[in-house]
Amino acid sequence: MISFELPEKIQQTVTLMQTVAENMMRPVSRHFDEHEHEIPWDYITFMHEASRAMGGASSMVPNGGKKPEGPRLGYQRLAYMAEILSWGDAAMYLCTPGGMLGSAAVQATGTKDQKERFLKRFQGEKPAFDAMALTEPHAGSAMPAEVRTTAVRDGEQWVLNGEKIFVTSGHKALLDSDGFVVIWATIDPSAGRAGVRPFVVEAGTPGVKVTKLEHKMGIRVSDTASIVLQEARVPFDNILGSPEVEVKTTEGFKGAMVTFDASRPLVAASALGIARAALEGLKEFLQEQGITIRYGLPRSRMSDIEREVIDMEVMHRSAWLLTLKSCWMLDDRRANNLEASMSKIRAGDVVVKITQRVVELMGPLGISHERLFEKWFRDAKINDLYEGTGQINRLIVARRILGYTRRELD
Amino acid sequence: MFSFDPSEEQKMLIEAAKRYAANDLRPAAHDADESGQLPQPLIDKGWELGVLQASVPEAYGGFGDRSAVTGLLAAEELGYGDLAGSLAMMAPSTFAIPILVAGTEEQKDRWLRPVVEAEWRPYVAALVEPAFDFYAGAMQTAAVRENGNYVLNGRKCMVPFADKAPAMLVFAMLEERPQAFIVPATTPGVTVGDREKLLGIGALPTHPVKLEDVRLPAELLLGGNQGADLWPALAASQVAVASLAVGVSRAALDYSLSYAKEREVWGAPIAQKQSVAFMLAEMATEIEAIRLLVWEAAWMLDRGQAATKEAHLAMVGACDMAMMVTDRAVQILGGHGYIREHPVELWMRNGRGFPTYTGLAMV
Repeated sequence: MISFELPEKIQQTVTLMQTVAENMMRPVSRHFDEHEHEIPWDYITFMHEASRAMGGASSMVPNGGKKPEGPRLGYQRLAYMAEILSWGDAAMYLCTPGGMLGSAAVQATGTKDQKERFLKRFQGEKPAFDAMALTEPHAGSAMPAEVRTTAVRDGEQWVLNGEKIFVTSGHKALLDSDGFVVIWATIDPSAGRAGVRPFVVEAGTPGVKVTKLEHKMGIRVSDTASIVLQEARVPFDNILGSPEVEVKTTEGFKGAMVTFDASRPLVAASALGIARAALEGLKEFLQEQGITIRYGLPRSRMSDIEREVIDMEVMHRSAWLLTLKSCWMLDDRRANNLEASMSKIRAGDVVVKITQRVVELMGPLGISHERLFEKWFRDAKINDLYEGTGQINRLIVARRILGYTRRELD
Repeated sequence: MFSFDPSEEQKMLIEAAKRYAANDLRPAAHDADESGQLPQPLIDKGWELGVLQASVPEAYGGFGDRSAVTGLLAAEELGYGDLAGSLAMMAPSTFAIPILVAGTEEQKDRWLRPVVEAEWRPYVAALVEPAFDFYAGAMQTAAVRENGNYVLNGRKCMVPFADKAPAMLVFAMLEERPQAFIVPATTPGVTVGDREKLLGIGALPTHPVKLEDVRLPAELLLGGNQGADLWPALAASQVAVASLAVGVSRAALDYSLSYAKEREVWGAPIAQKQSVAFMLAEMATEIEAIRLLVWEAAWMLDRGQAATKEAHLAMVGACDMAMMVTDRAVQILGGHGYIREHPVELWMRNGRGFPTYTGLAMV
């Protein structure tokens, strides 16, 4: 039965997250934007305690990976969390401890034993972070097919060599906490994507260095690290997925793709939180100016500002419903590859358009640092880039609807 | 709880509507558009699907309860087949649903039975007026009270089957609020003009209607003496039109997608070129997103909420979607898209009309 009713269980999360966003994020949003790479420990500590109290839900892994009672709402709940916290501050949301993309990869491709080993740290005394390292200096969207980082077996260990860039929270995962980074490396460079596997590289592993922190247009409080691996040794069992190294399957590649099916809708949700912040900010401002939006009029009777607001509301709400649907499919254990990419395309477009338009409509008040509109404009753009650019996602959607393979459409 | 799955009952209706759209509406669409004639058996067959009849309770001659969601699911499938044919077979809904939603007990008892118990007859609504900025909240057509009766004056356009309608539901301002009057065909002062020619929906006969000092007894004001709040019915119309737009857009996407896989350039299908593939991906994404917006508005209507804003957003989104998608469908077919042998140019003409179709469908 078609229904758009917010479940009671998610409503509780919404209420809590709203409080956090309003009180712990918005008031310090400008400060952390101006102090790039300063770590927002107050927020982090609070979220860590809250996560422990709630049984270990993280930003990317619902219910701490445990089976919930009743109908599955995990990803839908995470979407609301991502949306509201990003409404508060998208960059701080990226600093949420307790498992982001790295954990999602462990969750998607790890064994029961590995999940236990790697994920339990998030329930410890201190907050811990994770990261996922896929992109390399020579290639981004072509990953993981063109991975050059290598993993060579040496007895009961893997020896990793290579360089990863654009690793979100890489610094926090390796240096600021007892976390881990999931490194995608090839066990056979001649095998293409069939040889690619994710490896868990924990904080403190010798031979792993954070060599650079990027200075970015937006999401500045979130660290974006370069990681160099030089003869970095990890235990044999830190390989995720098939340990059968002789059998070359595309399992590793598929693992990355499964992770994206979960992470893309959540990135979309985060994007739409920023978009809502900008749109609501504009509407509140208009209200203060005594300008009301008259719904129901034909375009010929509306003012330009009404047309703008209504168009933005259409694109925002429709993108949100699409995002929600792709999370609902995940929770319902349905293949959502198409919808995940669609929601990412839509949300990436929408957040960029809305923040651009709002800054323009706000004029000098839009570009001024006195308000947050210009920050949201900068924070927005990353959503059309990371977890697959809008173009890569269009390619995925096109292949899906046309029934084409990678070879037929690239 | 969120859910995006239709119920089992709804799935059966969707299947039936899908079959009718594929086997009857679509094959007839081209000739109907060229000749301006819809075969009566085609309309009758669609009427037998019982979409409207299932929305009217047994007490008034139907066999179900109204659900905007159920109605829109059917409308999407019908719109996929052919828009003009869908509007024709569903035309009686535009008369019946406002009566069902806003009528008095007597009005429902008197006027719903002849619509739903009989074979298809063009009971219709007259809402749109020939003004560039037509808005249901500020119509030129107006009614005044006179000795307990009402006198209507004004001009309507795009009224389907106006020359054959046994009765019309005429929308008019009364004391600055939009109201609706049941106007039997025989009422003096009602003049039906010559058939119109429009950009799209060429198979649907529509007419202008002139109302000159049309005197109506008090009981023909919808909702009784105080009139009615018609905004929920108007929202239901926006949702219906928006869902037809989803159907037309889905048709345009599927057709241009199939074409793109067959048509070759330099030895490979044009669908293998990103410039075409990306257009298709964006069309599909647009449809999937806007469709949910329309569903949500309908769901709110079913919960008894006014949904004025949501229905408006759904309508705006669906109109822009239909224009974007149908235009691109023509573009993907290139010059062939411009030739009337392919349906995409008809869908593009229909696509441009959606913002003006409010009142032509109702769920």
